[in-house]
Amino acid sequence: MRSLWFKRSLILSLGAIFTAVACGTGSTQSAGSVKVIAVWAGAEQASFQAVVKPFEDQTGIKVQYESSRDEDAILTTRVSAGNPPDLAAAPSPSLLTKFAQDGKVVALDDKIDVSALKSNYSQSWIDLGTINGKLYQIYSWVSLKGLIWYNPKNFQAKSYNVPKTWDDLVNLQNTIKSSGTTPWCIALESGSASGWPGSDWVKEIVLSQAGPSVYDSWWQGKTKWSSPEITKAWSTWGQVLGTNDSNVYGGKQFMQATNFGDGGTPMFASPPKCYMHNQASFITSFFTSANPALQPGTDFNFFALPDLSPQYAGAHVVSGDSWSMFHDTPQARKLMQYLTTADAQTIWVKRGGKISPNKKTSLDAYPDALAKQTAQILVATQIAKYDAGDQMPSDMKNAYWKAVLDFVGNQNSLNTILANLDKIQATAYK
Amino acid sequence: MDFSVLLSDIPTLLLVILGVPAVLAAYIVGGEYLVRRLPDKNRPQVRPWIWVGPALIIVFAFLGAPAIGTTIQSFQDNHGNFIGLSNYATQFADFPTGGAWLAIRNNILFWLIFYTLFALAFGLLLAVLFDRVPYESFVKSLIFMPMAISSVALGVIWKFMFWYQPAGEVQTGTMNALVTFFHHEPVAWLQDLTVNNLALILAAGWGITGFSMVILSAALKGIPGDLLEAARVDGAGEITIFRRVIFPLMMPTVVVVGTTLVIFALKAFDVVYVMTNGNFGTDVLAFRMYNLLYQSNNYGAASAVAIILLVAVVPVLVFNLRQFRAVEARR
Repeated sequence: MRSLWFKRSLILSLGAIFTAVACGTGSTQSAGSVKVIAVWAGAEQASFQAVVKPFEDQTGIKVQYESSRDEDAILTTRVSAGNPPDLAAAPSPSLLTKFAQDGKVVALDDKIDVSALKSNYSQSWIDLGTINGKLYQIYSWVSLKGLIWYNPKNFQAKSYNVPKTWDDLVNLQNTIKSSGTTPWCIALESGSASGWPGSDWVKEIVLSQAGPSVYDSWWQGKTKWSSPEITKAWSTWGQVLGTNDSNVYGGKQFMQATNFGDGGTPMFASPPKCYMHNQASFITSFFTSANPALQPGTDFNFFALPDLSPQYAGAHVVSGDSWSMFHDTPQARKLMQYLTTADAQTIWVKRGGKISPNKKTSLDAYPDALAKQTAQILVATQIAKYDAGDQMPSDMKNAYWKAVLDFVGNQNSLNTILANLDKIQATAYK
Repeated sequence: MDFSVLLSDIPTLLLVILGVPAVLAAYIVGGEYLVRRLPDKNRPQVRPWIWVGPALIIVFAFLGAPAIGTTIQSFQDNHGNFIGLSNYATQFADFPTGGAWLAIRNNILFWLIFYTLFALAFGLLLAVLFDRVPYESFVKSLIFMPMAISSVALGVIWKFMFWYQPAGEVQTGTMNALVTFFHHEPVAWLQDLTVNNLALILAAGWGITGFSMVILSAALKGIPGDLLEAARVDGAGEITIFRRVIFPLMMPTVVVVGTTLVIFALKAFDVVYVMTNGNFGTDVLAFRMYNLLYQSNNYGAASAVAIILLVAVVPVLVFNLRQFRAVEARR
């Protein structure tokens, strides 16, 4: 009896010690370090660490980086527990925006050199990070969406031409299909974000077909999903997919089951399983990690998704990694300031897969002609709109992604899907 | 590994290592001192409360209080305004496809029935069959082994087993390699609406069968050999012995294992999270709660789902505990 009591009290006190130690280490600000959370893992994490290396060497400040693929859940928990990191970078700003509205993150106007930021960044990026008149988010790397990747060798072998107009694209797609191969590769699996690559298709079509004002009022929740413009965008995408997804390699099963990173790989099979793949500029690192022999320019190249309406020519959807500050410490300020500089951004630009929004970043820094071309398109874009899904409330965004999975599963249920999205739209923005 | 953080926390660490036992000891000694000062007849009434006090406080702080908080939150919108039952109304709206109905269907129709039966039937079958072979303990350890894997790892393993490649490609997933070997088209196990819930249950069931097997096997070993002997002398066949003697005697244990499995089925989460993320009609209540909380930041709705789940689990839990006590009392 006595030994049982002893064991139990030992377990209890040990438990208490571990809890207290866990809390203790979590909340203490050790001098000279910055805690950072972002989604980058693997090669991307190595790139980020290469970016902060010179910063650590110069200032002696240690950057404690934590990577999480489930960042939204981790951040929500840690913020409500009063234990957020100092800085966090998110691939979509909706959660950070919610934190800004709830007063959980620090306004940056007097924390960093805003005049330098204004001279180096185009106003649209600053506007994107401004909430209720205050700057809460800063973009360090950005990417361009709506790029159609293809294998130039395959195009040459069949003497296909890069389509200049939407009609060209539809013709090309029909030609490829009549030759017995599926024109497109699409892959939608992405853990809790499954469906997003298809949502890119829809928003690019909305922007190019219905124009920026419909696009804005759509993500703001003022245009209904069942409105003619949005319905038309979905059915336009349905034409790309073909009846029963017959234009896509592997049909709906492949789309739903395959991770977005592997989506373009069948283009490089011999003979090719598909000829075109729509993805943002970051996808090149997935091409080359699956097939290290591939050379940019000769083995893969891209063209921008052709304009659907001449009225809105040169419209592109962009996205980026946005940073927010949870704790205002001198170290965090310094790191935030550093991340806005061309020097810092160039390091990752050179390693590939990212575009710098900083005007001072030299075009020569891009590792290959393709990346440079992407950066040029981004600079020259006439209508640049930030990713619509990422600006919707997370409830809406998640429903949008799920709707994509349902749509490729059964295109005939489009009206039901859109009616359901309307229902969520009615409550999500409150 | 950077130990500087640990070093800077040494004072906290010392305080905790020395302080927590000191506080506990002081509580016990002090409590006992106070009890001794009471009249003799009151001591037995007070002493147990002093001893269970810390446990009660901890249970209340970490279980009771959050449960009350969740209940309150389930009646509020995101801004803390009281909105009555409308969170529940949304969850129960639009039968059979809207609200939480899909998750409820999966929990009740698929998980509760198939998962429980699968684990119970296989556990019983394995326990009874292996009871008769000399290499019993070895085989039982093998079957029990998946219990040692975290369910997330289990999900990842089975995701590979269910891997899909289009027809004509090399099938790297075990299941599709099997079906294509028999000249069947490959099946998108986790995406195909007709099989995916059962595929998830197969994976989860594989992990839990060992659990029901060992408990049922222990109950089987508790049946006195002379009973079986007597039945055999009376001319009963092995199947009759199982039906008329073994199974009725094992029934209380079967019920306890069954209800435990029902609770597991109702709170199914990890396998769904890892393997399908609730897409393609595989959503379950626990995962819906997680999604509403972390993906949608809809605290009220998430709390409502949590309460629905709680209300569904509590009767099973009470029944399970009663049954368990009954089994214990018979020993």
